[in-house]
Order: sequence, then C-alpha cells, then structure tokens
Amino acid sequence: MAIKTSYLAKHVRTLKPSGIRKFFDATAGMTDVISLGVGEPDFVTPWNVREAAILSLEEGFTSYTANAGLPELREAIARYVDDYYCVSYDPESEITVTVGASEAIDIALRAVLDPGDEVLVVEPCFVSYAPLVSLAGGVPVSVKAKREHDFKVQARQLEAAVTGRTKAMMICSPNNPTGSMLSRAEMEQIAAVAKKHHLLIISDEIYAELVYDDLYTSFAALNGMKEQTILISGFSKDLAMTGWRLGFVCAPRELSQGMLKIHQYAIMCASTMAQHAGLEGLRHGRSDMADMRKSYRQRRNFIVQSLNDMGLPCYKPEGAFYTFPNIEATGLDSETFATRLLHAERVVVVPGNAFGSSGEGFVRCSYATSMSQLQEAMKRMRHFMKNL
Amino acid sequence: MKLTATEIEVAEILEKDARLSDDDLAKMVNISTDQVRQIVKKLEEDKVIVRYESLVDWTKVDGHQGVTAMIDVKVTPKRDVGFNDVAERIYRYKEVKSVYLMSGTYDLSVQVEGQSVNDVAHFVSQKLSTIEGVISTTTHFVLKKYKHDGTIYDSDDQDRRIVVSP
Repeated sequence: MAIKTSYLAKHVRTLKPSGIRKFFDATAGMTDVISLGVGEPDFVTPWNVREAAILSLEEGFTSYTANAGLPELREAIARYVDDYYCVSYDPESEITVTVGASEAIDIALRAVLDPGDEVLVVEPCFVSYAPLVSLAGGVPVSVKAKREHDFKVQARQLEAAVTGRTKAMMICSPNNPTGSMLSRAEMEQIAAVAKKHHLLIISDEIYAELVYDDLYTSFAALNGMKEQTILISGFSKDLAMTGWRLGFVCAPRELSQGMLKIHQYAIMCASTMAQHAGLEGLRHGRSDMADMRKSYRQRRNFIVQSLNDMGLPCYKPEGAFYTFPNIEATGLDSETFATRLLHAERVVVVPGNAFGSSGEGFVRCSYATSMSQLQEAMKRMRHFMKNL
Repeated sequence: MKLTATEIEVAEILEKDARLSDDDLAKMVNISTDQVRQIVKKLEEDKVIVRYESLVDWTKVDGHQGVTAMIDVKVTPKRDVGFNDVAERIYRYKEVKSVYLMSGTYDLSVQVEGQSVNDVAHFVSQKLSTIEGVISTTTHFVLKKYKHDGTIYDSDDQDRRIVVSP
C-alpha cells in the first residue's frame, strides 16, 4: 500500500484550528438564532464613507497605491493618531496601511522574531496571536489575565515570565474577549518591565475608540515608550468597516521599514477603494464614532446588569463591545454551556476557552447587536438559567 | 432649561423607542428604576417630552391611505404679534398636522392631511386662503414617503454578518 504524502508543512499540520469555527458550524441550518457571538459592529459603515469608495471607483482609482498606503491617508492617520493616541509618527516613514489590523499583527511579529524568540501573549485574547507567533518562528508564552484582577494582566506576572529569549509582549487593551481596559498606572508598570528587559510591546489598539468611562491611553504615548512599541489599529471597529479589511501600523522608522518590506512582498498595498473610504472616515467620521460609542455604552450597561441579575456574574468592561460573564456557578464548562444554550434557546455565545485556556469558565457575549435583539437574548438566557 | 447628562440621555433613548420599559431604560443609563420614573415625569411635566408617538405606515392599510400636502403660505405679519397670530389661526384646524415659520421665499410651512385630494383642496380654498393676513398659498401633494424623522419606511435592516466571528 502506498503511503499518502501530505504536502502540508508539519507546523501547519499541527496548527490548531480556531475553536470559534466549531460554533459557527453548529449554527448551520438553524433559524431564529440570536447571535451574541459576533466580533464586529452591528452598524453598517456610515454612508458618506461607503459613498467615498463608490466615487473613487467612478473616478477610476483602481490601480495600486504606494506600498505603505495613499500618502494623504497616511497623513490623515498621522494627524488622527497624534490627536487621539497622543503620539506623533512621520507619515513618510513610520506608518503603513495594512489589510486590517490582522495583517499588521502578522507583519509585526514576522519583522521582529528570530527563530525561538519568545513572545509573552496576554490571554484571554484574540484567536490569532499565538498561532501567528508560531508561524513567525517564535514561541508564544501565555500570561493569564485573571478575573480577580478584572482581567488586567499584572506587571509582575509579565516579569515572572521573562526569560533570556523573550523579545516582545503582545497586549490588547481594551480587550477582546473580556472588554477590560488597562489603566494608565497599570500600563506604566508594564512599560517599566518592558524597559527593564528591553522588550518590545506589540500593542493591538483596535478598540481604542470604544471606551466608555475613562480617557484612552496608548502604550506608545507613555513616556519613552514610542521607541519600544508597535502600535496597531484600524478602521474595523470604530467606523464599522470590518469587511473593508483596513488597518494601520505605526512604529519607529527602523521597525516600520522592516514591516513595510514584508508588506510590500506579501500584500503590495491595501485595497485602493478601501483606502479612499478610510480617508473619508478619518476626515468626517468622528461624529459617527461618537454616536456608535454612545449606543454601545447603553447596551453595555444593559447587558452587564441583566447578566448579573440572572446569576451570571459579569465584570463591567471599560471598552470594546464584549462582556465575559462567569458561568462556573452553572456547573457547566464553557463549551457545554454554549452548546446547551444554543440548542435550548438558540442564543449564540462563544466559549471562553476559544480565547485561551484562561477563558475557561467564561463565555463571551458581544453586545454589538440591536437593543431589541439584546432584550430578547437576555429573556431567553434568563429562561435557560431558570431551567438548568 | 438646563438638563443633566442623564436626563438628556433618557430623552434621547425614549425619542427613538418610547416603548422601552422603565427597567430596561434604567439598566441602559445605569440608574435605578425609580430614578428613571422621576426623570421621565419631570421631562413630561416640563413638556420636554411632549408626546409619545408611533410611526404608522398607513399606505399599507386599504382604505386608509389618505393624502398629505405641504403648503407654502405667504402672510402679512401683524404689528406686535408678527406671524404668531396667523400661525395660531392655522394650527387650530385638526386637518393641520404641522406648522413651521420658515426663512426664505414664503413664511409658513403647513402640513395638511385629508382623506382625498378634494378634502385638501376644500380646506385650502375655503379655510386656509380666507384667513386674514394670508396672501397666497402654494400646495404640494406628497406622492410617496421614503423617510420620516430619521426612519426609513421600508428599510432592509437584515443582519448580514456571519453568526460567529472572532
């Protein structure tokens, strides 16, 4: 018998598929489903932004742009980042427009990791961090943000995980899936660890605009931290532009030029029409962002109190559009909870362990869903909890 | 009148959905249900919240389609009372749904509803144009309503997102 050859590389064969996929498949063919499992805004991209893309097509802007992105878009990003993130980057040499923040995370890791370099990945976190570290030849070292610390990783936890091979830490605040946001003081402590051990902070700040109580602070804006930070953000969450795949990465010149080399070989440039749309969004979209933020804030307040009232204790997240209630009191693990909730009440939540083992005992409920859908979802979950 | 940020938020939310329960509203703005009731009572008493209304699409209901007209009215303002006197005379008619004082080439914008074109024509010729101070009227009949007070009548608000995403 001939042995079937696999052409897949070993490290790809052993790469774990995303735990979220399973839940997506489970809902196939079901009707009357309310999903709190969606990691994107329920808003459609503002009309003026969509129109800008249409106009760009009408005018024939269908060719490549500069590798790093349209110069006027980079300038707009520089002004915006200076204003909101409070840190200045040179649009000529320190900003790259990417295919979503996802690409930015990938090229950042590939640009800085030598084989065997370790990256401290703060979890629970977005599903791509650890696999992308591995694909870039690095070794992901998970550091668990804990419920008793309101899912804020402690500087001493990070320091305890540092070895001679540690190159960088990968942090997302406000966080997906917990919604937790580090305070400025907590960030200062983490920055001190980074400085002491000469670590780079790869900071996924995609939810920077979606903060509800405090002012936003960027890692790059902390004293002396610009040199040690790769700032990643984009247009997906704040301007409801997920499907456009438009992000950006800001970093000091040397790092930025390194990432740009990978970007130009792998991607060439981000989609031209998306870049035109993004430019309109930055120029005239700030009030849309504010309106959406207000709506998310109301829904956050509603869902947090509703979950707490029904016996699913829930930390009140400061940002993003996720809540991460603890489901341990039900005696179920998070996958069983999510599966039973789906079949009994047709409400989709994502098991916390999809975001790292420290997410076990929790489920992620997104409140990027209309108020009427949220009200119905809470009704169904109350019913589920009563009948457990 | 100065309102607190919370009072403004309550008014904004109720403006979009007046049927929200006090309990849900309280959760959304993070105050107690009693506080919500107090705020709503105050807003109602101060006539900040004037009325709760439903947007009904009567074109869907046989025999209830009706006719709407927007009428531009030119008026001779009176000493001391300006346009108010004439506006009041106009808005007392129950056929009149709204009256606005406008800048531009005419003075009052009057919205009138009737069962038929004849109804509206009768109102304009017999009532509106005979009011003292009214110089002229220009009547525009509404052919189709697409959007009203920020709401699109037949909007496709289907959720196009995939059910689960990271």
